Amino acid sequence: MKLYDGGKIFIGILVFVAFAAFPFYYNIGKMNARPEPKVDTPAIQEWEKQYGKKECVESKEFMRAEHMQLLNDWRDMVVREDNRGYISNSNHKRFDMSLQNGCMNCHSNKKKFCDECHNYMSVKPYCWDCHIQPKEKEENKS
Amino acid sequence: MSMDRRHFLKIAGISSILGFGASIAQATPLTLLTGLDPSQVDKNKEALSAKRWAMVVDMSKFKTEDDFKKVINACHQTHNVPDFRNADGSVNKKDEIKWIWEAPYEKAFPGQDNKYMSEHIKDMPFLVLCNHCDNPPCVRVCPTKATFKLPNGITMQDEHRCIGCRFCMAACPYGSRSFNWRDPRPAIRNENKEYPTRTRGVVEKCTFCTERLAKGKRPVCVEAAPKGGLLFGDLEDPNSEIRKIVTNRYTIRRKSDLGTGPAIYYIVGGGDHA
Repeated sequence: MKLYDGGKIFIGILVFVAFAAFPFYYNIGKMNARPEPKVDTPAIQEWEKQYGKKECVESKEFMRAEHMQLLNDWRDMVVREDNRGYISNSNHKRFDMSLQNGCMNCHSNKKKFCDECHNYMSVKPYCWDCHIQPKEKEENKS
Repeated sequence: MSMDRRHFLKIAGISSILGFGASIAQATPLTLLTGLDPSQVDKNKEALSAKRWAMVVDMSKFKTEDDFKKVINACHQTHNVPDFRNADGSVNKKDEIKWIWEAPYEKAFPGQDNKYMSEHIKDMPFLVLCNHCDNPPCVRVCPTKATFKLPNGITMQDEHRCIGCRFCMAACPYGSRSFNWRDPRPAIRNENKEYPTRTRGVVEKCTFCTERLAKGKRPVCVEAAPKGGLLFGDLEDPNSEIRKIVTNRYTIRRKSDLGTGPAIYYIVGGGDHA
C-alpha cells in the first residue's frame, strides 16, 4: 500500500492537533483556584451571635444545589402570585422572598459570594441587569 | 411497501391515542410548576388586600403645578424611573419613561371637549396613569404573559418575562406603557436601593405599588398627593370611601367607551377650583 502525499498529510494532522489542543497546553500550570465563596459578612456574623449558628433560608446543601430553582420559585411567587413570605423547611423561620431586600441583606458580599462560583463556572445570570447589587468596597489586593 | 386501509387506520388510531396521552401528562397544574409547597408560602399579615383596587382622582384638590410635580416625583423616585434629558435639559420625548404624568384635557378625555368649555379645564393638566382595566388589551396581546391581571384587579408587569415586543404599547389606548430604548441606569440620579431598576429592552408601567401594598402601605402617589386628591381603595367593598364617592359623585373615566373598564375615576368640577 502506498500513501500518496504522506508528508503533507502528517504535517496537516500535526497542525490540526496542535491547534485543537491549544486550550489545554495554554492553560497548563495555570490551575484554576477552587472557588471559595465567603459567608462572613457582618450581618451573617450578627445572626450567628444571635442564633448560635449560621443558617440560611434552607440548609447549606440544599442552597448549594437548588438556589437557582428556589430563586425562580420565589420570583414567580412574588411577582405572579403576590405572596411574599417564605417559611423555611429546615428551620421554620419566616423570610421575605426578595433578592435585593432579602438574600443580599445578609450576603452583602456579592463579589465573594455570587461571583466567586459563577465566574468559575462561567455562569452569567442576569439578576443584576435590574436588581441593584449591594455597594461593596473595592478590594485593594488581588 | 403497500398498506391496506384497515392497517393504516389502526396505526393512525394508536398514534393519536399516544399523542393525547402525552398532552395530558404534560398538563400539570401551575402550583406544581412553581415548586413551592403551599405550606411554605405565607402572605404578609400587614398586607392591604382588596377584591378590586381602584383610584379616584379629585382634580379640584390639585391647585398648583407643584402638587402635580410632587406626586410624579414621588412615584418616579420610588420606582427608579429614569429621567432622560436632552443636552439642553428638556425632556427627551423619545426615550421618556413615565408611570404617572400630566396630560391636557383633550388628550385625557378626547371627544369630550367642546368649544365653550372653560379655559381653565381646557388648560388644566390632568394626572394620568395606568388604568388597571377590567379588560386590559395589553394583557390580551402579550405573547409571553409578561403582563397579566392579579386577582385584586391590578394589571401587573413581570419584567423577567418581557421580551420587549411592544405589542402591549400598541394595544394600550392610554399610552400608559413605556419602552426602555436605552439602559435606564445612567438616567436614574438617586436610585432607591429597595426597588429594582429595569433593563434595556423591556416595557414598564405603574403597578399600583404592589410592593407597598404587601407591606400595608398605600401607593406612594396617594401619600404624596394633596389631601383627598388621590383616593385609593376597594371598589367592590360597598363601605369603602372610594366606592361611596363613585356612587354619590359624578365621575368620568378615560375612554370608557372602548370597553376596557378603567379603574381610575376622575372628579372634574364641583370644587371651588375646576
